[in-house]
Amino acid sequence: MSVAVSISRVEKCFGALRALAGVSLQVAEGEFFGLLGPNGAGKTTLISCLAGLTRPDSGTLSVMGHDVRSDYRSARRQLGVVPQELVFDPFFSVRETLRIQSGYFGIRNNDDWIDEILANLDLTAKADVNMRRLSGGMKRRVLVAQALVHKPPVLVLDEPTAGVDVELRQGLWQFVRRLNQDGHTVILTTHYLEEAEALCGRIAMLKQGQVVALDTTRNLLARYSGQTLNLRLAGGAASLPDALRARATESDGTCAFHLAGLDELEPLLSALREGHCVIDDLRLTQADLEDVFLGVMQNSGSAHEAAR
Amino acid sequence: MTSGFVTLLYKEVLRFWKVSFQTVGAPVLTALLYLMIFSHVLESHVQVNGVPYGAFLIPGLVIMSALQNAFANSSSSLIQSKVTGSVVFVLLPPISYVEFFLAYVVAAMLRGVMVGVGVLAVTIWFAPLTFVAPHWILLFIALGGAIMGTLGMIAGIWADKFDQLAGFQNFLIMPLTMLSGVFYSIHSLPEFWQVVSRFNPVFYMIDGFRFGFFGASDVAPEFSLAVVTASFVLASAATLALLRSGYKLRS
Repeated sequence: MSVAVSISRVEKCFGALRALAGVSLQVAEGEFFGLLGPNGAGKTTLISCLAGLTRPDSGTLSVMGHDVRSDYRSARRQLGVVPQELVFDPFFSVRETLRIQSGYFGIRNNDDWIDEILANLDLTAKADVNMRRLSGGMKRRVLVAQALVHKPPVLVLDEPTAGVDVELRQGLWQFVRRLNQDGHTVILTTHYLEEAEALCGRIAMLKQGQVVALDTTRNLLARYSGQTLNLRLAGGAASLPDALRARATESDGTCAFHLAGLDELEPLLSALREGHCVIDDLRLTQADLEDVFLGVMQNSGSAHEAAR
Repeated sequence: MTSGFVTLLYKEVLRFWKVSFQTVGAPVLTALLYLMIFSHVLESHVQVNGVPYGAFLIPGLVIMSALQNAFANSSSSLIQSKVTGSVVFVLLPPISYVEFFLAYVVAAMLRGVMVGVGVLAVTIWFAPLTFVAPHWILLFIALGGAIMGTLGMIAGIWADKFDQLAGFQNFLIMPLTMLSGVFYSIHSLPEFWQVVSRFNPVFYMIDGFRFGFFGASDVAPEFSLAVVTASFVLASAATLALLRSGYKLRS
């Protein structure tokens, strides 16, 4: 499969802040790719570099084989970006906004496609309404529509569902999933990990400007697969035998133990019994992307290894 | 030229045209008030180069309004889109920095010319005007508007907040345009202020523009044209360099 987006050793500093510290990754054509990381990890900076809004200090980026600096016209024609901020031009109606955006890409008489996007995003009734008079959710949909006017093969969505109600979120994902099935490459950043888990085939995790994990969603989940045993002890975490305390992650008075498989459960429980620990509460949970995420983020030591 | 430029120009013109009551109507009214007040007070007392004061004043008001509004157009458009964030819509498409520059400058020039025509249309009835050399009239209003549109781009790119832009406008553009011979011939000034005026490029825009009406001016129109053209080249080079570097637009 050919490469849709190629990012190679990209570095970017803002003053003393190292926003991107040598990011390399490739996204293949037709992938649904997730970009995850805490606030300030560099996700938006990376997307801005790809879109030409930010100029990297070093490294190269290309979209469908076109370098974003030297061949920016072609690169930008291949790329649709839905920005994170809810921005709009208050002078124009929805249709005017989309016609103007088409014109910027050199496309005239784009109304057939515009109508199709409007219908798909449930905006037909609002086509002639001024942008100012739309609700936040509607404005968000117009941003998606704007990113699609030039039928870009690669679509980047920067936290598109932040602050969006459940119904719209579902509708938006249905639409984006269909675009992906039609062959569009989709790159998504999100804070909602269950969203990434449900949609993305492959995921990169960023921390402090570095890729700390890059793998298929399935492999990432498998790496942290198994269960987590959550215990609340009468004597608190302090009552754990030393050997067990080292294995536990503690938060809010609950001790969590990661189990690779259920066969690890019995030895753990017998160790607790031998240590005379009294269990107040016990829960067994299946690992999800959130555990993977937390595990990767806490485990900075293995960051470089994972990136390789 | 790709249609990216055409669309950006169209968008910039549509932007001010949709609110033309404020962007064209208001400055026309202001100029009319200036004319009514000043010519009422001075008409019977003052003649400049043998021209009655009201007739002398009208071309000055026309081009001053044109210049101020050309500046206002590009600067306010840029600062608004920067503050609201909608500037990304013009940064994401494949539009080169030269196209970007031309679209904003031509739109500013068009607004300037529209305001100028509006001012002329309402003031022409108050005094006998002649149009001795129309080509100078067109040349100076077009070049003047382009310079101010260019300066407006610099201000709009540089300013992060509306009050910074207002400072630029109130402390640089207003004095330059008001103290340029709109309301008087610089020959009526004391020697010192005559010399100062000659360092103000706006003086040459107005003086050359006025020559087109009366065939008389403080300096030769060819000389004014040279100064104005040189100013345009300088301002354009500076703006293009800013755009090329991505200053405050592409971090």
